[in-house]
Amino acid sequence: MCSLEKRGNLFILILTGQNGEHRLNPNLFSSIISALSRAKAESTRGSALVTVSHGKFFCNGFDLDWVNAAGSDEETQQRFNLLLDYLKQLVLAFISLPMPTIAAVNGHAAAGGVVLALCHDYVLMRRHRSVLYMIDLDLGIKIPEPFMALFRAKISGSARRDLLLRGLKIKGEEALKMGIVEAVYDGEEEVTNSGIEMADDLAKRNWHGEFYVEIRKGLYSELCDILGIASKAIATP
Amino acid sequence: MCTLEMRGNLFILTLTGEDRHLFNPDLISSLLKLLSQVKAQATCGSALITQAQGKFFSYGFDLDWAQAAGSEQGAVKRLQQMADLFKPVIATLLSLPMPTIAAITGHAVAAGFTLALSHDYLIMRKDRGILWMPEVDIALTLPDYINALFKEMIGDASVRRDLLLRGLKMKGDEAEKRGVVKAAYDGEAEVREASVCLAENLGKRKWHGEVYAEIRKGLYPQLSAILGLSHKVYAIARL
Repeated sequence: MCSLEKRGNLFILILTGQNGEHRLNPNLFSSIISALSRAKAESTRGSALVTVSHGKFFCNGFDLDWVNAAGSDEETQQRFNLLLDYLKQLVLAFISLPMPTIAAVNGHAAAGGVVLALCHDYVLMRRHRSVLYMIDLDLGIKIPEPFMALFRAKISGSARRDLLLRGLKIKGEEALKMGIVEAVYDGEEEVTNSGIEMADDLAKRNWHGEFYVEIRKGLYSELCDILGIASKAIATP
Repeated sequence: MCTLEMRGNLFILTLTGEDRHLFNPDLISSLLKLLSQVKAQATCGSALITQAQGKFFSYGFDLDWAQAAGSEQGAVKRLQQMADLFKPVIATLLSLPMPTIAAITGHAVAAGFTLALSHDYLIMRKDRGILWMPEVDIALTLPDYINALFKEMIGDASVRRDLLLRGLKMKGDEAEKRGVVKAAYDGEAEVREASVCLAENLGKRKWHGEVYAEIRKGLYPQLSAILGLSHKVYAIARL
């Protein structure tokens, strides 16, 4: 599922499990959200979190096998809605995490997996063998509002249209050019290590977590409004 | 503190002195007064250049004055006071009936950067000076209208994130490359010259000031709403 490792000031969230695609089902969702709660509880000044994965996939989206294994059409829809709800909770958990966050995307990310990556403040990616794919359009699945707000918050200009409306499988260099990711690296080890390095650099800024969260919320105010979380105004210097 | 002069069609607002041009209530009031004057004296073909003397454009709110209140509560109150006083300055700039240019020849930090960003065009030095929002480093949050300003003035999400969430100190060439400023030049004289040149060229278009302001507000609807600026629908039969 996932594990949370502590290394000095860093929290390393690792997507594990035999399911190489790290598909988002209730188990994995609960596992990640629980890990984030732990990180939040144990956070101090100068904390940082990096999410890493191993193998061919970063995260291939919702576990549609689990959704479709439901007994009836109605239950299938219910299961899908449940996953949407979990995804919303995930976004909330990341936005409220009192520390900078980095996603080290080692492999393919699709749909919910792209959302997971974009929940982070910074995204690093592998140059090859890794694509970001909002498969929703090709599958005929709508993207509900809180996630549209996330895309609007994090991605600008024609990049947003290309990601959502064009069914593109976006490789590393393209993602870099589009401003979706900060940097690209050759090899899984490199992207993971660079993620950890970047987390270290950001941790050294020794930011106050609670203020960091408020600034983040101010930065993504439309998303926060849609998610129903308020931000606090001015505080003491 | 600050002065206003006229050069042909150009209004030139200068933050004077070699100091950090900190926005305490006095300076903020002076700025508001002068900008109101500019608004009142505007004609077709006017333009505004806001500039500063010395090494600093402005280093933002006067945090020393805030802390001189003596208590944490008092400091917060003073900070809030400055933020509240500053809001009409931004509102006036947003609704100014003429093109506006910030000639940034020194460091523009926090509210200083905010002031610059409230202009239609930013011209900066390449060799000296930074744009910086240090709030994340000093554990301060931003008033809603400043968040709205950054959201609508800076289109690129990564740039906004780098400036606000990462406290990036952005130099002229990066600012130009990433679209935060229109252009960056080596040297103070070059920046001032380029600003005057741009102002004159824009002035030559002889735009109808009020229409210009309405179109500007239309570009930034959320910011305008937060600043309490209403939007007029204009129809001018000039055809």
